[in-house]
Amino acid sequence: MRPSAVRLLNILVPVKRTVDYAVKIRVNPDQKGVDLNVKHSMNPFDEIAVEEAVRLREKLKGEVKSIKVVTIGPPKASETLRTALAMGADSAIHIEVPDSAPAPEPLSVAKALRAVIQKEKDNGGVDLVIMGKQAIDDDAGQTGQMLAGLMDWAQATFASKLVVDPKAKVADVTREIDGGLEEIKCRLPLVLTTDLRLNEPRYASLPNIMKAKKKPIQKLTPADLEVDLTPRLETLKVTEPPKRVGGGKVESVDELITKLKEAGITPVKS
Amino acid sequence: MLPRCRPRPAVTRLLRSLHSTPICRRELFDPSNVERASDDVDVCIVGAGPAGLSAAIRLKQLEQEKGREIRVVVLEKGAEVGSHILSGAVLEPRGLDELLPDWKSRDDHPLTQPTTSTSMRFFTEKYDFRIPQPPQMAKMGTYVISLSRVTAWLGAIAEEMGVEVYPGFAGAGLVYGQDGRSVLGVRTNEVGLDRQGRMKDSFEPGMEFRARVTLLAEGAHGSLSKEAIRRFKLRDGRDPQTYGLGLKEVWRVDPSKHQPGKVVHTMGWPLDFHTYGGGWVYHMDEGLVTLGFVVGLDYANPYLSPYRELQRMKHHPYFRNLLSGDSSRIAYGARVLNEGGLQSVPKLHFPGGALIGCSAGFLNVAKIKGTHNAMKTGMLAAEAAYDALDSSDDGPVDLSTYEESFKKSWVYDDLYEVRNVRPSFNTGLGLWGGVAYSGIDTLLLKGRTPWTFRNTQGKSDAAHTKRASECKPIEYPPFEAPLSTDILTSVTLTGTNHAEDQPVHLRVRRYLTPGEDVGREGSEREKGLRTEKWTEDVEVRRAHVKTNVGEYAGLLGRGCPAQVYEYVDDEGADTATEPEKAGWQGKRLVINSQNCIHCKFCDVKVPTQDITWTVPEGGGGPKYTIT
Repeated sequence: MRPSAVRLLNILVPVKRTVDYAVKIRVNPDQKGVDLNVKHSMNPFDEIAVEEAVRLREKLKGEVKSIKVVTIGPPKASETLRTALAMGADSAIHIEVPDSAPAPEPLSVAKALRAVIQKEKDNGGVDLVIMGKQAIDDDAGQTGQMLAGLMDWAQATFASKLVVDPKAKVADVTREIDGGLEEIKCRLPLVLTTDLRLNEPRYASLPNIMKAKKKPIQKLTPADLEVDLTPRLETLKVTEPPKRVGGGKVESVDELITKLKEAGITPVKS
Repeated sequence: MLPRCRPRPAVTRLLRSLHSTPICRRELFDPSNVERASDDVDVCIVGAGPAGLSAAIRLKQLEQEKGREIRVVVLEKGAEVGSHILSGAVLEPRGLDELLPDWKSRDDHPLTQPTTSTSMRFFTEKYDFRIPQPPQMAKMGTYVISLSRVTAWLGAIAEEMGVEVYPGFAGAGLVYGQDGRSVLGVRTNEVGLDRQGRMKDSFEPGMEFRARVTLLAEGAHGSLSKEAIRRFKLRDGRDPQTYGLGLKEVWRVDPSKHQPGKVVHTMGWPLDFHTYGGGWVYHMDEGLVTLGFVVGLDYANPYLSPYRELQRMKHHPYFRNLLSGDSSRIAYGARVLNEGGLQSVPKLHFPGGALIGCSAGFLNVAKIKGTHNAMKTGMLAAEAAYDALDSSDDGPVDLSTYEESFKKSWVYDDLYEVRNVRPSFNTGLGLWGGVAYSGIDTLLLKGRTPWTFRNTQGKSDAAHTKRASECKPIEYPPFEAPLSTDILTSVTLTGTNHAEDQPVHLRVRRYLTPGEDVGREGSEREKGLRTEKWTEDVEVRRAHVKTNVGEYAGLLGRGCPAQVYEYVDDEGADTATEPEKAGWQGKRLVINSQNCIHCKFCDVKVPTQDITWTVPEGGGGPKYTIT
């Protein structure tokens, strides 16, 4: 009996360069955006995604063939890729857009990723896409789902636990949902988006950072991928949330009911 | 995560033992028993500031000129180059002109705002009026800049030239030779230790850079510089270094109030005539204004709070007016700066390395400018290092030529001219004596006097602090947001953060052999790493609280510009056996190290001199971009 062909996993990890989570952001005077002259780093959920890919390789050893990271961003985004390479990714793809270009929207990103995956068919294809559940600058939380839809692949979002069986081409994922935890079985290829409790990312150690300088970064433009990143949404206004106004105290239950009625809240007969 | 480490009641323990997975207990990190990755470089520079980057760039320029290759590594504890840089600042381009003669033709340079006017004003509580200023301050040809931005720009240039710059990695310790008499390199910080010093899953030991030349460019009162000065006795025969604390804010002001290039220095209110200090207002490019003030850390009154002084300074009509209209505050920060001048410059070199920039202390107090000197000394050290590395001698490199070239350079002349200015403020005449003497010295004599005022008592800044019982508490006005805010609101503007579960980097420590022998700690195994003997036990902690609370009204709690230190009530403090919980008369010290903005105030000013500032995990600390 012939042994079944060993299927090696190719993992793609899209990452995004966002404003660092510890920075206090400020709305610009023109109220169209926030001040971007601040420290940027890799989106924390994407760090978790890179970490998960590296841990998969540590668990499955030779069954993971490659971990590729990809980003769409200005020239400075290559630093984010270098961090991912220092954490353990093998190679990177940088889809470069000019500094002045607006941030791409989830649908554009998903289309670009689809193009990248199709390009990777010659390199063995992609079996697993691990990405952050949302970016901390736009909090959209749409890209993973859109990508799965475009590719007609299985999707497991808000993952807090991942177990992959490459031979059976199946993954067991525990998802964080409103009601608690949901366990699902997914067929590969799969798009997985990470939630906070999936893992704690490692530090990129200095020796690894130095090694990462030698790892390859492939540069592409949106034109190479035949993808149009023009935004379809227009931001009308960005403002800070209204300052918190103090509450009031009431002396008795009757007064509470009066105040509720004044606010327009009517009782419902149970 | 943590429940693993807490003792569990008997019942649960029994259940635990039936579990299939083993209980993993974290091990305590033992510095003498660790394998470190090691790498060889020619020059290792600690600190990617103006001095460090100038040295790096100069080394690469020499490489291009003379052809001999040289590997230069710069370690920077900030998350990015520029994250930990804070200064006024008005830059005298002298150092930059020598380092990069063509800098003006680079189209991305950030020196876009030349100084258009300079003046000095004296403040009283309600009024302010113009006063004559020392000619050193009136000098034009300078630029109003954000030093953080300029440093980031220098960092990019250094990287283009092939310097390996590693932000996010702190120089945690020096690697000493076997005999303890030379420095063989730098060791970076450990990552992944929890608060008790045990190794987490993410633990990685620090890396060792073996370098023939180590340049310490950590800025004022750097942690490794302090260690090198102590262990190689670089201060023998020199005056102790004295410091000031500079606090600043950057505001986007109403366009009608903005006068680009205007440079104003202030004296007087809110400081009294015994306390050295003064303020500034510099109008930067892009509608921004930087304002702040420096207070000499030899201030006597432990009730003084530099932060509250800054906030009330803004209540003065001059500032109220400046900051009125459509204005918003966009940055805040603080950093200690050197005030000792020429008398306090230590011996600059030790076997295997040297001190450059503010780590040695080249700030010109009369001009309050030090960046030009920092850059020039960086360049001088680079030239000395490059030549010294030429010799094929394998032993530790001797950089005495650097010290000689410093003495012959314009940095020395620059400092010589104003050497008597700051000490003249330390007489009983306080501010008036200082102004009178400095006026004559800077306007007429220009330092051409046969005398040099020395700090003959050798008193450090901390020793100048009087007991709380001898001083009056200061009544600070309440905050008036958004003009002036509470300290924690300001601290968020620094963007400071440190990963939570790591050892507290501010150590309450007493050295057992103060400045004497190079002691040894740990096992017999020699890894080229030697440390001194010190203790951080309960007694040290208790003594700290006793003196600081009992005699100095909890100075650190009032003085720290990031509210790291708090003396809180705790009934169990007197009997506690763990250092963190120990205290005196119901009070103990809480160190909120996460807030730390790396200013070094505590290390300089704590009356008991038992706070040692050590580096936290790299990448933490403030995230300055426009300071």
